[in-house]
Amino acid sequence: MSIIIDKKTKVIVQGITGRDGSFHADQMKKYGTDVVGGVTPGKGGQKVNGIPIFNTMAEAVAATKANTSVIYVPPAYAIDAIYEAADAGVKLIVCITEGVPANDMMPVYHYLKHKGVRLIGPNCPGLISPDKSKVGIMPGTIVKSGPIGVVSRSGTLTYEAIWALTCAGLGQTTCIGIGGDQIIGTNFIDTLAMFEADPATKAVVMIGEIGGSDEEEAAKFIKKSMTKPVVGFIAGRTAPPGKRMGHAGAIISGGSGTAEEKVKAFGAAGIPVAASPTEIPRLIKEVLAAKKKKAVKTPSKTRAAGKKSPAKAKAKPKPKPKPGKTAKKKSR
Amino acid sequence: MKIHEYQAKEIFAAHGIPVPQGEVAENVADAVAIAEKYGRPVMVKSQVHVGGRGKAGGVQYAENVEAVRVWAQKIIGMDIKGLRVNKVLITEAVDIVTEAYVGIIIDRSTKAAVIMVSAAGGIDIEEVAAKTPEKIHKLAVDPIHGLRAYQARDLASKLYRDMNLIRQAADIIMKLYKVFWAVDASLVEINPLITTPDGKVLAIDAKLNVDDNALYRHKNIAAMRDLDAEEPSEVMAREGDLSFVKLNGNIGCIVNGAGLAMATMDLVKHYGGEPANFLDIGGSSNPQKVLTAMRIILGDPNVRAILINIFGGITRCDDVANGIVMAYEELKPEVPIVVRLTGTNEKEALKILKKINLESGETLDQVVKKAIALSEAENQIAGGAA
Repeated sequence: MSIIIDKKTKVIVQGITGRDGSFHADQMKKYGTDVVGGVTPGKGGQKVNGIPIFNTMAEAVAATKANTSVIYVPPAYAIDAIYEAADAGVKLIVCITEGVPANDMMPVYHYLKHKGVRLIGPNCPGLISPDKSKVGIMPGTIVKSGPIGVVSRSGTLTYEAIWALTCAGLGQTTCIGIGGDQIIGTNFIDTLAMFEADPATKAVVMIGEIGGSDEEEAAKFIKKSMTKPVVGFIAGRTAPPGKRMGHAGAIISGGSGTAEEKVKAFGAAGIPVAASPTEIPRLIKEVLAAKKKKAVKTPSKTRAAGKKSPAKAKAKPKPKPKPGKTAKKKSR
Repeated sequence: MKIHEYQAKEIFAAHGIPVPQGEVAENVADAVAIAEKYGRPVMVKSQVHVGGRGKAGGVQYAENVEAVRVWAQKIIGMDIKGLRVNKVLITEAVDIVTEAYVGIIIDRSTKAAVIMVSAAGGIDIEEVAAKTPEKIHKLAVDPIHGLRAYQARDLASKLYRDMNLIRQAADIIMKLYKVFWAVDASLVEINPLITTPDGKVLAIDAKLNVDDNALYRHKNIAAMRDLDAEEPSEVMAREGDLSFVKLNGNIGCIVNGAGLAMATMDLVKHYGGEPANFLDIGGSSNPQKVLTAMRIILGDPNVRAILINIFGGITRCDDVANGIVMAYEELKPEVPIVVRLTGTNEKEALKILKKINLESGETLDQVVKKAIALSEAENQIAGGAA
């Protein structure tokens, strides 16, 4: 299993004739993604690498029954591309574009929420479910299918972590980059809830960075609603306050959003934090082993109810598949 | 991007927000001339991109023209938290009855512009938020429907009891919200918003940060950038399309991707070193960018070693390797360089690096440790020579 994307994902590439769009459309197709079409206004009827081009999203969706769009258009056009995709009826939009004005994102976010469309990004590498589908720009060569979910605000740092996992023999269900901007469509909690509900995911790696308080919120969520172990990493411990560290969202403002606060929040939720990305596989193996040990020790009825509070677990025994469902409900 | 108080006030005034009359001066003679023109007591306010100007002595009351001369002399050229004051704002002094705070920020969790008001203005609002959060009133404005007049009145009524003042403040809040959207601000702030003895509400300070991502459609604001107020290496980096932040350590870092760049810096610190900078060469692979990056880092006299960490995805390792070779030949670096190139076109990259006898390290931890060891050795040489 995987989350958000799988073999049923049918993708339209918005901005398919651009440099990045055409390259990555081809890369996605080669990886096995069902890329059914592309959109570039004025170029409808042509083909790129065998992929048909349409003038509008509405035409593309009508002709291909696509359920997903991935956006590679320049920042000045990205907002319009998101609206167009949502209005054409796709249920998942992945916006790779970096440099989208934050104020433009605010109304879009609320519009999509109202429409029931999921947005990932902007300013993100997209996502990949190994051996099934990749939507975005993550290199297909570094992933391997397995039981670990990966969620991150970053791009290359995520690759580093994924590669470390793969080298250690730990494959992934889905790896997802949620984006480095201030206003993003899907946050840590949304993703964690989906991993919790996915039976194939056994543990999650969560890679955060300075800026905002999404990591702190996620830590609370993990403690309260997740039965699966999570290992964390926080980038930006050496970042000075008030400076934007590359990502629009990576800034310590008014003394809040520091790495220290986030590491502390993880600690308080019992989430081990890696000092280096290369340390992540070892921590994952440790939390998985600890969980197994607990599962052996505890009677099977109570094992799924909560890893950190056996007392609570005893009070509310639940059969195994339920916690996932409960967690999902809570997150909505 | 930050702009100065005098620039923010120009934008506020253009949107109808009442601000005291004022003009900016870059030298004492101009400052005096402005004061003479006004013919009444003024404030001499340093224009630098940092908070706490008043505490640092960068904001002064001048009773007469002579006082303006004295203060302008003192403040121009003064150092405030490491920044040199190049400009002063000469603005008419007003009598203050009360001081309040009004600000608008982008709120990540509600995905909306949040308006914050507090009757406890005139002081550091972060301090108020930390110590007495109940004194700050917030409203997340629905970005689709916008701010309604009654909402602005509600907020204003948290500041004043007098309906006359409430009406003026509500009007200012409405206009400030318009400014926020009109210029794609990431922050607008009036601290303090004052009342005068004759019952006027006035913005006597102004802060405005504009979203860098939106600057392409605000050429007039982009032109307000004060290059003198920025770190020269950061200006050079921006011109070269690099994300760069100068730090105080001695290990120069060149990385692709912001998250990985931060993680690399953190790891330098973790293993006992000090990073000299944050530098993200971005996703595209252009050898020229590597050359610019090397030039910026080598321009920092503190740098004792350079660490290049590339995880190739869209970035092609061979392009980066070509950039390194170019930099070697053109800049002839004297400090040791430690490289790790992994991912897309890694093999080709290693062949290119052989030309200059450079090897690529295996893991991130390994190269970080190596860079630290080399920087320490360099430090000893430098120390011995001195």
